[in-house]
Amino acid sequence: MGTWVFLAAGWVLLIALYGLVTSRNLIHAIGCLAVAQSSTYLLLLAVGYRRDATAPIYSDLTPGTRPVVDPVVQALALTDVVVGATVTALLLALTIQLRKRHHTVDPQALTGLKG
Amino acid sequence: MTEAALLPLAVAVPLLGAALLALAGRILPRTGCDILATGCAGAEVVCLVLLWTHSGGRLATADLGGWPARLGIVLAADPIGAGLALLVAVLVLAVVVYAWRYFDEPTGEHAGAFPALILLFEAGMAGFALTGDLFNAFVFFELMGAAAYALTGYHIEDPRPLHGALTFGIVTSFAAYCSLLGIGLLYARTGELNLARLGGQLAAHHTDVLTVAAFVLIATALLVKAAAVPFHFWLPDAHAVAPTPVCMLMSGAMVELGVYGIARVYWTVFSGPGGIPHQAFRTTFTALGLLTALLGALMCWQQRHLKRLLAFSTVSHVGLFLVSVALLTSDGVVGTAVYVAAHGLVKAALFALSGVLLDRFGSVDEHGLHGRGRELRTVGVLFLAGALALAGLPPFGTGLGKALGEDAAGHWQPWLPAVFVAASAVTGAAVLRAALRIFWGAGPVPRNRPGEEETTGEGEEPEIRSPRRTLPPTMTVVPAALLALAALVGALPDVAAALARGAAVFTDPAGYTAAVLTQPDAPPGPVPAADWTATGVLLGLLSAGIAVALAGTAVHREIPARRSRHPAARAVRALRRQHSGHLGDYLAWLALGVAVVCVAIAVQI
Repeated sequence: MGTWVFLAAGWVLLIALYGLVTSRNLIHAIGCLAVAQSSTYLLLLAVGYRRDATAPIYSDLTPGTRPVVDPVVQALALTDVVVGATVTALLLALTIQLRKRHHTVDPQALTGLKG
Repeated sequence: MTEAALLPLAVAVPLLGAALLALAGRILPRTGCDILATGCAGAEVVCLVLLWTHSGGRLATADLGGWPARLGIVLAADPIGAGLALLVAVLVLAVVVYAWRYFDEPTGEHAGAFPALILLFEAGMAGFALTGDLFNAFVFFELMGAAAYALTGYHIEDPRPLHGALTFGIVTSFAAYCSLLGIGLLYARTGELNLARLGGQLAAHHTDVLTVAAFVLIATALLVKAAAVPFHFWLPDAHAVAPTPVCMLMSGAMVELGVYGIARVYWTVFSGPGGIPHQAFRTTFTALGLLTALLGALMCWQQRHLKRLLAFSTVSHVGLFLVSVALLTSDGVVGTAVYVAAHGLVKAALFALSGVLLDRFGSVDEHGLHGRGRELRTVGVLFLAGALALAGLPPFGTGLGKALGEDAAGHWQPWLPAVFVAASAVTGAAVLRAALRIFWGAGPVPRNRPGEEETTGEGEEPEIRSPRRTLPPTMTVVPAALLALAALVGALPDVAAALARGAAVFTDPAGYTAAVLTQPDAPPGPVPAADWTATGVLLGLLSAGIAVALAGTAVHREIPARRSRHPAARAVRALRRQHSGHLGDYLAWLALGVAVVCVAIAVQI
């Protein structure tokens, strides 16, 4: 593991960036944003990972008997999922309105704002 | 009430208010919703004024849920953070009052939607200013972001607000995920998220590529929020299309929170050993600030869409704030604090006054409105006062903030004050030029130049449905009150003195750690001076004078009908073409900016 996971997270972020920069469809762009977010899940979970460790749930586990993975990063990843869901839903709602009223989902067809 | 109770209340009051309005909006009539929203906004102002007076120039902390700071999440308010939250609360109250009669709200189920979103926005901003935890800062950042995207795209009838909101949302969210990656890297290195403990843990390590990557990634989201060049492209687009009351909040407070975030994270986490060396931070962020101030001023001068013009003037001023903060002295911080407070009030007033034009004429186009605002004399005079305040005319607080910033910057590089004078004079002059043309009909009517890459500001949707109604009095009373407050910030020495004590606390990371972890506290460093000086007054008058001269020359000059082939004119056109409105271009610039900042800091460690 080690460095590889960090590099993988960076790679996922860069793929998402490439997708966003070249996107011709807003649904695709919002999907790319979700890919960018999965790079954060990958990094956060890798930070807390321990080989041969179990989930940090102490209802059926005596504390100190077995190594457990870091619960803090899991809480962070969970919060991150909630934040991401909110933002994705909001952006998709805006895209739906754009399609309904203006019959386009191509970000490059939007030219009302420039200069 | 104690500070430990007031701090969580400062976040909880607007959140509860938002939830209440979302529910009550289904039953209550429009007036009921307005009263409820004003009540919540007023309660928040009272809560933060109490917090400000109680803390008395120290750091107030609250351990949430009773967990000690080494395990749990803390809220921490020093005078700078609490003052910024207070500015947010004052602006929100102004916006809620201003919007009483502004919108023809959809009746029925959604009567409370707009004030509820405003309060949600306020909760995010107040939380961001008061948190002492890095991950919580990210959550509050996203909360204010989500509320701001929804508010920007509020007018779904027109494609442009949807376009602006989508660009704003995608760019900011992408940057926020970069920031979260940085927080993850920092957690991997230290095992901490509490700002105070992070700084201590980092001291046990050497500065290396991971530290730099973590810092730059965290700074990405804050630079995007602060609209530093080249991360600024979303800002003019979002400001041009957002409803005017929302622009008042975004330009007045939200953008400045980005600068605050950078300063807060740097001072508490990265300023010690194992962080980013002071010299590297100072040179990199001063360079960014200079670029932002000059490019913002240049673009501001080119605009004819009034809201876009004001948006670029915000970009330019943010550049000045970045320069003052990057000096890493308490003098620089107090200058920024005074400047931010007064600039927020003035900019909100100017947006509120452009809202009057939108309400009367359904346009914010400087050329199209030429001479049409003659009968709105009060609005015109207020607009003129706002423009001069923006240029830094004493006794407005903007003048005092600019003078303090110039003084602090001049101690490091003697030529830096010239940039302050230039940026504030040009942005002030652009607003003055628009005011003279619209309200006094000065000079010839500018000809249209078809084929120019620009947003004109004509054919805007009026934000109300009955343009024949009389002007609601709140729409002129609110901007007048905001301008008066901005003058008070400069004229009352107590305000600047309190912020100076705050700056001494802000630039003392050891004191921050001691207060959060409830260790014995050492007194903060020397309190910087925050008074008017003769040089400051003269430089303020100089900026205002240059602004008047520039605006006077501009309105009386005939604009050539054909495109100029002069190299400078071509360069400006090329620059304007970069503001293309395309999402992909903006993200490419963002990636380039991150790479450049990363390399610039890495070569200096």
